[in-house]
Amino acid sequence: MSQKTVRLVIDGKEVHAAEDETILKVALENEIDIPTMCYLEGLSGLGGCRLCLVEAKGMSKLFPACTTPVSNGMEITTNSERLLKHRKKVIELLLSERTHICSVCVANGSCELQEMATRFGVDHVPVVRRWTGFELDMSHERFVIDRNRCILCTRCIRVCDEIEGVHTLDLKMRGKDAQVIMDLDEPWASSYSCTSCSKCSAVCPVGAIYIKGKSLAETKNRALPEFVFERRKR
Amino acid sequence: MNASKMISKDDKRLIMLDAFIRKQQFKKDALIEILHTAQDLFGYLDKDIMLYISKILNLPASHVYGVATFYNFFKLRKSGTHVITVCLGTACYVKGAEEILSVIEREFNIKRGETDTNNRLSLFVTRCIGSCAMAPNVIIDEEVIGRASKEDVLSKIKSVVGVSLIEAG
Repeated sequence: MSQKTVRLVIDGKEVHAAEDETILKVALENEIDIPTMCYLEGLSGLGGCRLCLVEAKGMSKLFPACTTPVSNGMEITTNSERLLKHRKKVIELLLSERTHICSVCVANGSCELQEMATRFGVDHVPVVRRWTGFELDMSHERFVIDRNRCILCTRCIRVCDEIEGVHTLDLKMRGKDAQVIMDLDEPWASSYSCTSCSKCSAVCPVGAIYIKGKSLAETKNRALPEFVFERRKR
Repeated sequence: MNASKMISKDDKRLIMLDAFIRKQQFKKDALIEILHTAQDLFGYLDKDIMLYISKILNLPASHVYGVATFYNFFKLRKSGTHVITVCLGTACYVKGAEEILSVIEREFNIKRGETDTNNRLSLFVTRCIGSCAMAPNVIIDEEVIGRASKEDVLSKIKSVVGVSLIEAG
């Protein structure tokens, strides 16, 4: 392998990286913490949640670390007043977009959105919340999907496509109407391609897809799901 | 694969769709063109047709459904003989498109996104058709009416719908 290496500076620390790596990957390798939400190691990057935005010196634009490839001589800042403000805003908007009530949620206590909100000190939502009235799909014998709690990170869709390889899940509509669907927007139980592998429930950062009758704290191993590791070893 | 409910195997429309897909060499990235053709042929995109396309292109059904619902152009339900689309983009909204829309709703007793009971008229809304200088815009059967007023739109719709009633006998 004759891969070119590049040199860049992240938070004042000089690091080396392969040319095709993303900023986030390099940061993780060098134990620099960048908050993420839609990113999951082992899955393709999306750049959807905008939580991993970083500053690059000489550029006024912010870049999502999970999809931006490194280049030689970059000077990255991962923690600044401006970025903190952005991240806090992102969390506030995510919370306002659908119905997020921690006290009655299965994910309470092991929710990544809740965790991030705590981390960035979001104690209230300054904009008017939209209360979505999507119906709960409890037709499947093991899983439940509550689209009101979905933050549209599409981790479930990517894991279904890239790791399970069936692509039962996808997104329908767009904007505020966007929803995760099974096949042709069928109830989950009548989806013909779903293999009931439970990977989608394992990667859901919030309580949108969960196993019936269990809280997320019971079922969720906070370490990365094993199948993602297995894939990365190959 | 049987896409049976509304289409039979020797349906001419299906044969034409197959021919088009062959012409596109079964390429997955021709999905949007294929959906266009299917909608032209059948009038709307039935679930059976989407399933048929997904099988023939070897694409996940949910992906086909996702694309079909992403674009405003694709209709999943049969629309009426005449289609009215009111633009609710920012410019049109500011210029009073909402009022025109509610007048049409009241006058013809249909709701936005729906078709009236005798399948004569469908009313859709859309976000920006890219003609903001002419706001508010209303599209009646593919004819764009710029700087539309309530009265203009109502009389235009009445004349269009009336004509088809005479045609129908």
